[in-house]
Amino acid sequence: MMSPSYSKNQQAVESFSEQLTIEGRSLWQDAWRRFKQNRAAITSLYILSFIVLAVLFGPYLGAHEFDIADWPNIHTGPNWDNGHYLGTDSLGRDMFVRVLVGGRISIMVGILGALVAVLIGTLYGATSGYIGGNTDRVMMRVLEILASMPFMFLVILLVTFFGRNIFLIFVAIGCVSWLDIARIVRGQTLSLKNKAFIEAAQVSGVSSRHIISRHLVPNVLGIVVVYATLLVPGMILFESFLSFLGLGVQEPMTSWGALLQEGAQTMEVAIWQLLVPAGFMVTTLFCFNYLGDGLRDALDPKQQ
Amino acid sequence: MDNKSLLLDVKNLKVQFSIAKKNAWFWSAPDQLKAVDGVSFQLRQGETLGVVGESGCGKSTLARAIIGLVPVTEGEVVWLGDDLAKLPKQDWHEKRQDLQMIFQDPLGSLNPRMTIGDIIAEPLKTYHPQLSKDDVKEQVQQMMKKVGLLPNLINRYPHEFSGGQCQRIGIARALILKPKLIICDEPVSALDVSIQAQVVNLLKSLQHELNLSLIFIAHDLAVVKHISDHVMVMYLGNMVEMGHADAIYQNPQHPYTKALLSAIPAPDPKAERNKKIDLLAGHLPSPIDPPAGCVFHTRCSLADDECKVNKPSLIGQPTHTAACFKIKQD
Repeated sequence: MMSPSYSKNQQAVESFSEQLTIEGRSLWQDAWRRFKQNRAAITSLYILSFIVLAVLFGPYLGAHEFDIADWPNIHTGPNWDNGHYLGTDSLGRDMFVRVLVGGRISIMVGILGALVAVLIGTLYGATSGYIGGNTDRVMMRVLEILASMPFMFLVILLVTFFGRNIFLIFVAIGCVSWLDIARIVRGQTLSLKNKAFIEAAQVSGVSSRHIISRHLVPNVLGIVVVYATLLVPGMILFESFLSFLGLGVQEPMTSWGALLQEGAQTMEVAIWQLLVPAGFMVTTLFCFNYLGDGLRDALDPKQQ
Repeated sequence: MDNKSLLLDVKNLKVQFSIAKKNAWFWSAPDQLKAVDGVSFQLRQGETLGVVGESGCGKSTLARAIIGLVPVTEGEVVWLGDDLAKLPKQDWHEKRQDLQMIFQDPLGSLNPRMTIGDIIAEPLKTYHPQLSKDDVKEQVQQMMKKVGLLPNLINRYPHEFSGGQCQRIGIARALILKPKLIICDEPVSALDVSIQAQVVNLLKSLQHELNLSLIFIAHDLAVVKHISDHVMVMYLGNMVEMGHADAIYQNPQHPYTKALLSAIPAPDPKAERNKKIDLLAGHLPSPIDPPAGCVFHTRCSLADDECKVNKPSLIGQPTHTAACFKIKQD
């Protein structure tokens, strides 16, 4: 037999535990837990954070300006005493500061480019896939027309008409890079569209706009995030490619691609001018790729 | 029966889908798939209509046409005097509050990225955006209690629940707007038998409490018998028999209904051993090219030449009708 005080306690405990709201663990939290177990991805994340911090604040720690020529020290190798920690280039400008300032441009192009591509691509693809029918057909044909434009000609034309400008690179890259994401998202949307929870939302009277933003986009975001991380190194490479061809940033501003181009011209006499930007770029690209791999594994529900 | 108000009056409902032919030219007319071909019934407040039939007979399409998920090709869906199929979008949005649906796949009908609190609250937020967050939470938790879920699970995600619990969440979402009619599209076929009983009994008790009407679709005849007042038997988009549940189960008229009922497993092993099942020969014909005359004649043991030419209409008392020429008229 239970004593009255015991049952009273029991009741109190029960009513208390019923009031406690249990926090659920979302799929994102699950993914983050899996991501943390991936050493390569976590290491990459640390290195990337370090590089980002370095390009943001590093130039202020340098002993020289990025665009001031130090005439007595042209083509000198790395030297701690005169403040040129990573040497100077053919005009005597400090490589340490230049590579960090160039990194700002490269990483900005990479991240902003990927962001723009993801935003436009996701909305375009989700809309096209969700509405379907003739709208879908027209939207996809437009996409194919854009995809068939010769991209290099577009860039060269833009540069000849408007001069060399970093924003032109954004425009040019932004024009083409969202096409793939739009296709991926549209495919995902088509398979999600027939899931019962979309129908349930329709029955609940939710508008198409909210179905896309609340139900479709969050569910395709996993794949989009992975693709975006893998897109960033592509963007960086692309900017380098344009800069290497001389279509990129305007002197004295620089980027990793422009530094590589200058370094390649003098590699026989001053190898550090090539190795320093190359090292930074390769590390960044590796890290982004490992990060993308890690995210893909973490977001794959079959890996649970 | 007559003192209950008429909610839904479906008149000669037809739903057809256009199917593009293989290797067709652009201009050649597409095939018409007749998913639902002339179904009529009436549903009153507080009553349950069971819809049975084999896979692909148009049960789900009927449900989806009533609730507006697929367009109606012909016929009327009259809800309290308004034809839903012809209502302007804004009015339909208003009416839709009164019609809700429960889906077959319990987990698939819940967005995996939303907490169940958000899932249950979504219809409420759509129709009553002026409600404060606390009010919404209060209502959601009351509804969770009502369907047998602990209210403190409100922040959990669907993948943390079992199938039966997920179906309860789906029921809570359907009930939160206090609808008059709930369409249950095979709500228990994805669940274990013991859980099926729980969910069906929950639906039944909620129906009594809230004076709901149900359209209950299933291919499990025993479940339908348990919950329904009226039963409609469908075959290839057509109604073949309709009537009071008791009348249909005790005295089936149409040969198709007889075959279906003979296949119900009996709980008694001795009875089960001696039972004779009328196996139907052949397969369900394609709804793209349904047989002429009675749609069932290709598989019917009683069929003769008349059945191949003329289409039978529903005959019998208003409480029990069947579409067959071979029924002896009293």
